Amino acid sequence: MARIEFQDESAVVIIGSGAGGGTLAHELTTRGIKVVVLEAGKRQSTASFSQVPGAAFLQLTWLDPRTQSGNWGVAKNFPTLPVWHCKTVGGTTVHWTAATPRFEPWELQARTMYGNIPGTSLIDWPISYDELKAYYLLAERRLGVTRRNGVPGLPASNNFKVMYAGAKKLGYKRVHTGHMAINSRPFDGRASCIQQGFCVQGCKMGAKWSTLYTSIPRAEATGNLDLRIECTATRIEHGDNGQVNAVIYRDAEGREQRQKARIVCVAGNGIETPRLLLLSESSRFPQGLANSSGQVGRNYCHQIIGFVWGIFDKPVSSWRGATLAGVIEDEVKNDSARGFVGGYRMELCTLDLPTFPLVGLQYGWGRDFASILENYRNIAGMLINGEDMPRAENRITLNHDVKDSFGLPVANVHVDEHPNDQAMRKHAQTQMSRMYEAVGAKRVVLGPVPPATHNTCSARMSADLREGVANAWGQTHDIKNLFISDGSALPTAGSANPTLTIVALALRQAEYISREMKARRV
Amino acid sequence: MDELVTLNRRELLKTTTGLLTGWVVAGSPLALIAPGRAWAVDLATLTSSEGATLMSLARTIAPHDKLDDAAYALVVQAIDSDAAKDAGTHKMIQEGLAALRADFTVIPETERVAALKEIESSTFFQTMRLKTLQVLYSSPIAYAHFGYEGEAYSKGGYLFRGFNDLRWLPEVPVEDSGPLPEGA
Repeated sequence: MARIEFQDESAVVIIGSGAGGGTLAHELTTRGIKVVVLEAGKRQSTASFSQVPGAAFLQLTWLDPRTQSGNWGVAKNFPTLPVWHCKTVGGTTVHWTAATPRFEPWELQARTMYGNIPGTSLIDWPISYDELKAYYLLAERRLGVTRRNGVPGLPASNNFKVMYAGAKKLGYKRVHTGHMAINSRPFDGRASCIQQGFCVQGCKMGAKWSTLYTSIPRAEATGNLDLRIECTATRIEHGDNGQVNAVIYRDAEGREQRQKARIVCVAGNGIETPRLLLLSESSRFPQGLANSSGQVGRNYCHQIIGFVWGIFDKPVSSWRGATLAGVIEDEVKNDSARGFVGGYRMELCTLDLPTFPLVGLQYGWGRDFASILENYRNIAGMLINGEDMPRAENRITLNHDVKDSFGLPVANVHVDEHPNDQAMRKHAQTQMSRMYEAVGAKRVVLGPVPPATHNTCSARMSADLREGVANAWGQTHDIKNLFISDGSALPTAGSANPTLTIVALALRQAEYISREMKARRV
Repeated sequence: MDELVTLNRRELLKTTTGLLTGWVVAGSPLALIAPGRAWAVDLATLTSSEGATLMSLARTIAPHDKLDDAAYALVVQAIDSDAAKDAGTHKMIQEGLAALRADFTVIPETERVAALKEIESSTFFQTMRLKTLQVLYSSPIAYAHFGYEGEAYSKGGYLFRGFNDLRWLPEVPVEDSGPLPEGA
């Protein structure tokens, strides 16, 4: 691994090592570019992943304080945990459930397709599907995505059998075990899935793709990566020319450090990325970096997520098997007859016993609540994963009343649901309830809106400088050597789980950065 | 099964703090995994009486009639541990318990529920509810009771241990699922 000097002005500094940052680090270092990655979390491994659900949660999760507001269900049910993502080398690719669908071509034209919907800030993507497709193909090969490039699907689990039978009763056609970045056979030096059901705790087989044990060690092997763990970026600095030139961070001992940079790429997930830009305000950029449009932190999307549980009179044992390996794609369409725009997926889901009452169920206690738990082995599960509407006021801001351990204002996450979001959720819950009832469920239980895991669009790419933060390559409109390299850059949320798209955009961005560096334009 | 170490059969200790004791119900799932028939939980801070009331409270919040008292005793132990770490928490719990009717542990469940409904918005109740849910379903006793098998990595996953053994619905056609790995 490289050791890059603090005063070295030639390095690219990437903040975050997840799907965006980890991928970008790999791509740049293999092109001979020196990279410093600042990762706030510790480094785990397949050997060190805890197999105790509560301990695994504490081992991997970003638990620094945040606040929230707005009418969304998370504020009521999970007041101290608005979002659930990772703080560890590999970022959220360590705990993700590895569903890797693509956006549909029409989802990249949300504003054109859905029209002028009051109370939204929809835009079209500045990238065509054809441009993106080449990078989807590359990303799918890198991740070994199932049902692509001849890679077999994962076998059907018990939980999926229930979902499949219900879906067929309702006449759904596009139902299968999903496009998953989980090995259905040994691939890329990693083993195949043994159906542990512990995707969220970190895959001890390494069968599930993560930058932790693919991109990052490969980037290290190039000799061009300086990975600094337990290093939390607190500020990006700029020079008199308005270009960024250094990143201030706290190291593992809490000491403040300053790393000079030729280019800075921010990939801290949809909350921390805009927070860092806002924290980096200066006399020249009083609204924060790359924020002349006022769009940093705005248009925050998290997708419509919600559990539906079917209770049967026979065992399902849903915990046995890959957590999310099953999907129904028939509702991924824009059909106004349903009473809302945009599409949604229905995806298989299960939660381990300790987590189920805490995350999977609405607030409750007493006999009725306990009776659901009493049926734990007979429960099948699904969730909706749908497109939510961007809104200017759904945004990440700095809360100056609450400080983190470095004395810096924490992020506040504000979400007011749009009526379209609520109509979509209701439609999906009805469809999933009908599916379970069609195959004999004695009771269907609707879960809460869980802490958001798909945090996107909060520093979005836009063709119009006034409508977003970055151009079609994630390069910020205001500062040419500052890039958005994670899900924050997505212009709209779509109905696809975001990781594949984040990886595809990072692959594309790496080519662009490399080209621009060679041409000395950045 | 680490938690069970604290539930091991032991002599009643001479102690100034509380002690919860009980007997594992013969034929319960716990009987299959517990090392002995008697269990005991030391309380570091709370009294035996407070422990007994918390036990009743936990059983009202999450009533599972056939789940052994030992599982609920772990909840009490966790609450006691929190109280031991923080004087403010200890005071909040003591005051919360003292505010309950004196006969809380002996009144019928419907009356216990009614009593808790009245204090549902209190910090005391909300803390007890969350702690109960966090601890009760995390123990090996609960795993056994609810039939949950937990981590499977150490046993080679569920690939050979029933991940697809459901037989009361049709099998999924191979084009919508996928082949089993070799050897499965």
